[in-house]
Amino acid sequence: MSTTTTKPGTSPVRESRLTRGQRPKWLIPVIGVGAIVVGAAISALIGFNIATWAIFAALVFLIVGPLLIGAIEGSRAGSDSLMTFLVYTAFILAVIPLISVIYTVLANGIPGLTSNLLLTSMNGVTGAQDNFAEAPGDVVGGAYHAIVGTVSITFWATLMSVPIGLLTAIYLVEYSNNGWLGKAITFFVDVMTGVPSIVAGLFAAALFGMIFGPSTRTGFVAAVALTVLMIPTVVKNTEEMLRIVPNELREASYALGVRKWRTILKVVIPTAISGIASGVTLAIARVIGETAPLLVTAGFATAINWNSFSGWMTTLPTYIYYQIMTPTSPTNPDPSLQRAWAAALILIAIVMLLNLLARLIAKAFAPKTAGR
Amino acid sequence: MSTTASAQKPGTKNSAAGRAGDSIFSGLSLAAGILIFAVLAAVALFLLLQALPTFAAPADEITGGEGFFSYIWPLVLGTLIAAIIALLIATPIGILVALYISHYAPARISKSVGYVIDLLAAIPSVIYGAWGATVLAPALVPFYNWLAENLGFIPIFAGPASQTGKTMMTAGVVLAIMILPIITSMSREIFTQTPKLHEEAALALGATRWEMIRMSVLPFARPGIISSVMLALGRALGETMAVALVLSSGPMIASLIKSGNQTIAAEIALNFPEAYGLRLSELIAAGLVLFLITLVVNMIARAIIARYKEFSGAN
Repeated sequence: MSTTTTKPGTSPVRESRLTRGQRPKWLIPVIGVGAIVVGAAISALIGFNIATWAIFAALVFLIVGPLLIGAIEGSRAGSDSLMTFLVYTAFILAVIPLISVIYTVLANGIPGLTSNLLLTSMNGVTGAQDNFAEAPGDVVGGAYHAIVGTVSITFWATLMSVPIGLLTAIYLVEYSNNGWLGKAITFFVDVMTGVPSIVAGLFAAALFGMIFGPSTRTGFVAAVALTVLMIPTVVKNTEEMLRIVPNELREASYALGVRKWRTILKVVIPTAISGIASGVTLAIARVIGETAPLLVTAGFATAINWNSFSGWMTTLPTYIYYQIMTPTSPTNPDPSLQRAWAAALILIAIVMLLNLLARLIAKAFAPKTAGR
Repeated sequence: MSTTASAQKPGTKNSAAGRAGDSIFSGLSLAAGILIFAVLAAVALFLLLQALPTFAAPADEITGGEGFFSYIWPLVLGTLIAAIIALLIATPIGILVALYISHYAPARISKSVGYVIDLLAAIPSVIYGAWGATVLAPALVPFYNWLAENLGFIPIFAGPASQTGKTMMTAGVVLAIMILPIITSMSREIFTQTPKLHEEAALALGATRWEMIRMSVLPFARPGIISSVMLALGRALGETMAVALVLSSGPMIASLIKSGNQTIAAEIALNFPEAYGLRLSELIAAGLVLFLITLVVNMIARAIIARYKEFSGAN
């Protein structure tokens, strides 16, 4: 400790033991610039482009940086800085696809966002019309029927899954008393979360196929498939919210002689309602983008169909899928791709809005938990 | 309080109605709970019933002409390969991103960074598929060419590489992006639950940040990381659209950078709309196999979480 008594500035020759062997502040920026230059040079050797430039610069930085720091400050600091750089690199790697996806959808989708897309269906649209379309504005046909299908199928799925999910969560929190049944239900809800969406679709198709004959495909079959996917999400979110309702509220209600079901309906649920509502919104956001179960249950329609109980239906995700996989005009797929990307933009906007809405609900109607 | 005012009413009423309400309500919620079992059982039962004709059919009527087993096993293998590629990419990155959010990012932005990663999970799979097919696949072609030229002696990188980029490797990368948020959000939650005292003790003994993470955070979070990876595996096994749109499928081959291979989920999605009769039941049987595989994977993951909960006392 004697070295620390050296006053700073008085004897610059003898450095403090504590500050000796520290990297100068300019070291990392300099390595960064060096890595960019060397990366450009290596990348130029194999044919220059921005991707290889970025990759080589990052590699040089990740190798040289920790080695230099390790040489100055010791190997422990070297491995520490290596991990820090790796963590930051991983974060950048994770964000690149997100930016790329959103950019792609915006860039390809905005030209296709015409009034046709929002207000007309694909009924009667043929490949010949697509072949004549030259400018993005000339493309006829739209996704109105798909928006209708998405809304009605999601409506039925929500109508079925919310009561079941809500009541199951109430059973788990209020009635099960940590019994074996409650534990088993929790376990199976977790297992249900992992059911692949295509399997849920096959289940609905098999169920209705057994009852109403093979190849029964309506919006309601799809809604049943989505219900299977939605229930676990609703249960988990609601359960979490009910569990954070303070027990004192329940006990106060019981002490006044109120029955358990009145307590749940009038005290517990109103306290947790914002969390439940935001959980349901998130569950809707999750199933609204499902594609696979709809491919096997709802069929594919080109006309507007509001009736979920008869006839085939199209939703936005299946619309996107079919426009890409089987363009209306096989020789000129561009109009179809344009419609697909515009529909993707609408879908992404709906999903993002629902996510935002869920956060707003959770924030705006959060119960006052002062003192807890 | 309005709640007490409204809650006093039933007390003043005749209590028989209240008692009936109680039993009806508890009965309803119990029924809803039991319905969960019923639904899961029904999923298995109806898939099995519809799949039965496949198991009874003579071998030469099954697609491929050699029985159900030789039809399904390349698909199972393809499903596993795609999921393993996805896990190999997503696990390290997902854990590092989780560490970034929990221990490296400045406290001000770490919450919004978490939201950004959750946005990755919110994007519908069909959009990932479309993006993978139109943007990612062409972008990876030069890389595949390089792999085929320089590492072509390894069977999985055998050339010539696909010139559309619609390969198993691309599908795996898209899957990795889709499962990354699962690994990140679960690991992050567990990283932030690490006892502060352990972290501070490590730092007080002079550990660097990485040594602190290695000595206190990672041992605490290991079961959580394992189960998050298992859950991500379950998701990757069952993911349909990314593979259906990205992979140009074909018979099973060893090379991951040529078009070929197929997964169960994509096989069902691509063929189900036109299927009828025995083919329909074949695809449902394939779905049953997928259901069983994901069921096992998810149960293992949940069992790890359950065991870990008992020991950690985090409740």
